[in-house]
Amino acid sequence: MQLFITILIDGLTYSSYLFIVSVGLTVIFGVMKILNIAHGSFFAWGAYGAAYSIGLAANAGFPAWFGFILILLSAILVGLVLGVIIERVILRKMYDQEEVVLVLATFGIFLILEDLILLVFGVNPFFAYQPMAYLGNIKLGGISRDVYSLTLLAAAAVIAIGCWYSLNKTKWGNILATVIFDREISLAIGINVQAVYTATFVLGTALGALGGAYIAPTVSVAPGFGIDIIILSFAVVVIGGLGSIPGAVIGALMVGILRAIAVHQMPELELFVVYAVMALVLIVRPEGLFAPAVARKI
Amino acid sequence: MNKRLLSLGKGIAVIGAAATMAISAVPAYAQETISAGIVSFLTGPAAGPFGVPGRQGAELVIEAINAGTMPAPYNSAGFGGAQMEPTYSDESGGNAKQVAEYRNLVEKQNMDVMIGFISSGSCMAIAPVAEELQRLTIMSTCGTPRLFEEGDWQYTYRTQANAVGDSIAAALYVREHFGDENGFTGINQNYAWGQDSYKLFGLAMEHYNPSIAASDNPQFPKIFAGQYGTEISTLALDDAHLVHTSFWDGDIEAFVIQALVRGFFDDKLVVSVVGASAVDSLGNQFPDGVVMGTRGEVGLLVRNAEPGSLNEWFINAYKERYGAYPMGPSYQYARAVLSLKVAMDKAAETSDGVPSQDEIMAAMNGATFQSFGGEISLALGDGHQAIHPVGYGITKWDSEAGEPTVTDVTFYPNECLYPPAGQTSADWMAAGMPGSTC
Amino acid sequence: MRSILFQDKTIFWMGLCFLSLAIAALFLPNWIVNNVMFGLARGLAVLGLMLLWRTGLVSFGHALYFGIGAYGVALLEKYTGTTDIFLRLICAVIVSAIVGYLLGFILRGYRAIFFAMLSLAFSMVMYGILVKMEVLGSTDGFSVSRTTFFGWVPESKYALLLSLIIVCMASAAFVQVYLKSSLGQLSTAIKDNEIRVEYLGYSVARAVHVKYVISAIMAGLGGGLIAMALGQVDPDSMVNWTVSGELVFITIMSGAGSVVAPFIGGVVFAFLSTYASEFMPHAWQLVIGATLLGIIFFLPGGIWSLIEKLWKRGERHHG
Repeated sequence: MQLFITILIDGLTYSSYLFIVSVGLTVIFGVMKILNIAHGSFFAWGAYGAAYSIGLAANAGFPAWFGFILILLSAILVGLVLGVIIERVILRKMYDQEEVVLVLATFGIFLILEDLILLVFGVNPFFAYQPMAYLGNIKLGGISRDVYSLTLLAAAAVIAIGCWYSLNKTKWGNILATVIFDREISLAIGINVQAVYTATFVLGTALGALGGAYIAPTVSVAPGFGIDIIILSFAVVVIGGLGSIPGAVIGALMVGILRAIAVHQMPELELFVVYAVMALVLIVRPEGLFAPAVARKI
Repeated sequence: MNKRLLSLGKGIAVIGAAATMAISAVPAYAQETISAGIVSFLTGPAAGPFGVPGRQGAELVIEAINAGTMPAPYNSAGFGGAQMEPTYSDESGGNAKQVAEYRNLVEKQNMDVMIGFISSGSCMAIAPVAEELQRLTIMSTCGTPRLFEEGDWQYTYRTQANAVGDSIAAALYVREHFGDENGFTGINQNYAWGQDSYKLFGLAMEHYNPSIAASDNPQFPKIFAGQYGTEISTLALDDAHLVHTSFWDGDIEAFVIQALVRGFFDDKLVVSVVGASAVDSLGNQFPDGVVMGTRGEVGLLVRNAEPGSLNEWFINAYKERYGAYPMGPSYQYARAVLSLKVAMDKAAETSDGVPSQDEIMAAMNGATFQSFGGEISLALGDGHQAIHPVGYGITKWDSEAGEPTVTDVTFYPNECLYPPAGQTSADWMAAGMPGSTC
Repeated sequence: MRSILFQDKTIFWMGLCFLSLAIAALFLPNWIVNNVMFGLARGLAVLGLMLLWRTGLVSFGHALYFGIGAYGVALLEKYTGTTDIFLRLICAVIVSAIVGYLLGFILRGYRAIFFAMLSLAFSMVMYGILVKMEVLGSTDGFSVSRTTFFGWVPESKYALLLSLIIVCMASAAFVQVYLKSSLGQLSTAIKDNEIRVEYLGYSVARAVHVKYVISAIMAGLGGGLIAMALGQVDPDSMVNWTVSGELVFITIMSGAGSVVAPFIGGVVFAFLSTYASEFMPHAWQLVIGATLLGIIFFLPGGIWSLIEKLWKRGERHHG
């Protein structure tokens, strides 16, 4: 029983983290049909932004809770700066290219952003443990947990509900649905598709950066931070269905809990299970477990 | 058609000319200099805590030796009279990339000697290539005992003792201070270093602390994984109170941060083989009461240097130049450079001019020399593998000085830690360590 | 068949190029020979990717076969002690062919981004196994001893380079002949309109399957050869997704215009990364990434389109 609870909590916190990281990827794919490898770099940039600013704030004597504001600010800043530049300068010129070429272009952007981190922040690791230390720990299921990781659950829930609400219940969501359905018709009825694309890309970038910024206080933020997360978040969105937000929730839950079971029971299989499930889902249901229905165009 | 053939012929001629140029571009070998490729992590998560301090240690000592400003007995200028010209290179990117890079440094940039390598993976990959290219290579830091126990290398030396000593010393320290523990488990990285460290620690515990049982669920996450929440839960659920870890680089910091908030260090006794970099980088956040090693007489454990010693010079010169205490890797890299000076000075006595590679290697085989923290003997692996004492202490934050310290430091002598020449450490340990004085 | 081999101009010119490379290598310093070998070995894998690309398929998981070839060579040595080049190559070919044949049954039904993602997933499954299994070397991988030729241990790298050149030449000629055959000519047709191809009475699935197996074998050969040239295998440099990305990058950089293009692209990539990491150790990825974007923007046909242009200009100039 204790093992079961432990696995469940471990799995859920890891799932929340995966969801926050992957949801930006699925938003960008859903609207723009770009499978964005550079997402891992957004994650890393968010982490660096948060770790750097939290370190500065701590040295300047700001209280530890201020770190939470900095986490949010770094994510927004990274989203606005990197998102706007990359979408406007590079991707905008490529929308008529094949999907695969676009993937490769984002691979190029990823390589560039990785080294820019080194040039801007240097090679030394950054620590920003203050927000995590501030929240302390709590005993759950017989072992103590850090409260910070548990807040990931709440953050993931807020993001999931927020995304779902704004997509399904707001005017902006309607516009987005139209653009996804048919770009030409959207243009014809006067929707500023360019602006929608930019806004979507900025949102996706900021969400990726938020994942990194949120996780920054728990780790040593060092170069190469974003490489492994890319394929992990690919796995999450592919399992759930590319472009689907409920899918990202399901994908994150499956990957997170399976990984937790593996680590506790069969540590050798930790990485294997994640990708095996990804392959299996692609074989059985290539469009993912929760793919958005493809509307027929007549 | 002929025209085409003609242009193709031109093309071939151009390639040929480029090739000739490339050959003649190889600089004439200058006798009074020795070029050295110094390899350490310059990027990636291991750069900050390991690679950069290592590089700085090498840099400091190379410049001091070139200028002849080191204290006696190393106060003569140069390496057997030659000035060293270092080229620093990055160790990150995986073993295959390292091998390609090594070939490049030796064959393209004509390095006379290669020094460094932190990861056991790099060392295992490089040694066969060093043999193939017949280039003297001094490994400074890596620890896997497989290097000389599974291979018989002529051109590779290692001035750092292998993980056997670290593991036995840890078990001895546990016997001395924590003999009534109930059981042990571990969290180690899933590659040569982590696997060997835990395996050897297990063997040593079986011998010295038979009443402390081994857990059946030790953790081996991938190196640089960064997230250990689930692993920490697994360890927390384990009844074993003692946790062994050979984590290094950014992983030890990440692990400490994540474990600390969860009160892990209040519930468990952690034995860290080489986590001293985190003691410095995390400062007063680092928990007290962790059993901490530095893999030899280097770094944190030897900070209280005797006045007038080589160690005092090193600490002061390093602090003055880089504004921080030298770390374990700083010592290890400086020591590897120093071993080359010792060998080259000795070889130069009988050679006219700067000694050749063969002469240097002859002088290096089985050498014993005074290093910054203590004495180093190349006693194992046919005179290629160093042995030296290994110690542990217990971490304690000194709030008055605002500096980390260690208490209860105990070093264990070579006679307790290493098998006699010609025996593999696993066999020796399985046989009950005959000849050990502990 | 024989007539094609002798009549085909591409094969003739290619042979001449490889022959001159083999001669030039006698005079080249070791480091250049090394980079040429790395480039040619990658070029082999890229040749396989190019074959798929002509059908409109891009595999983001070809590092799977690259890794299978490399680990095939390393594990063959570990368990049987074999270092002979023929046994090594045969091992790389057989294992990658079997895996390619089996996975081909699944992958042949996929197109576009799903094909890319599923191949990526398969390669990452293999990565996940290699990284965590101690018997398979985990993150360290294995060293690979020097290659022997029927018991003869050559002093220099030249024998290996020569074998590499022969394998590349043979593979390129094979692909050239294959593309001219009726099955091969379906490539473009499948890319343009699959349904039309089916109506003509051909099985698209089978055509894709055949191509997939061929490309798997090429990548396996490339991986096996790079393991021999390098003397080391490890999961991060052979199987991780970044390696697949690199291979696709070289494919785009080379261009699909000719079977020679992958080898030119491979060698250019080898030198590009050598010089970038030598002169800009902190920014070599930046150089590679910028090159990638530059090629997508300004040279969509890859290096080969540039060579073609120069060739035509030269012809006009002389004629």
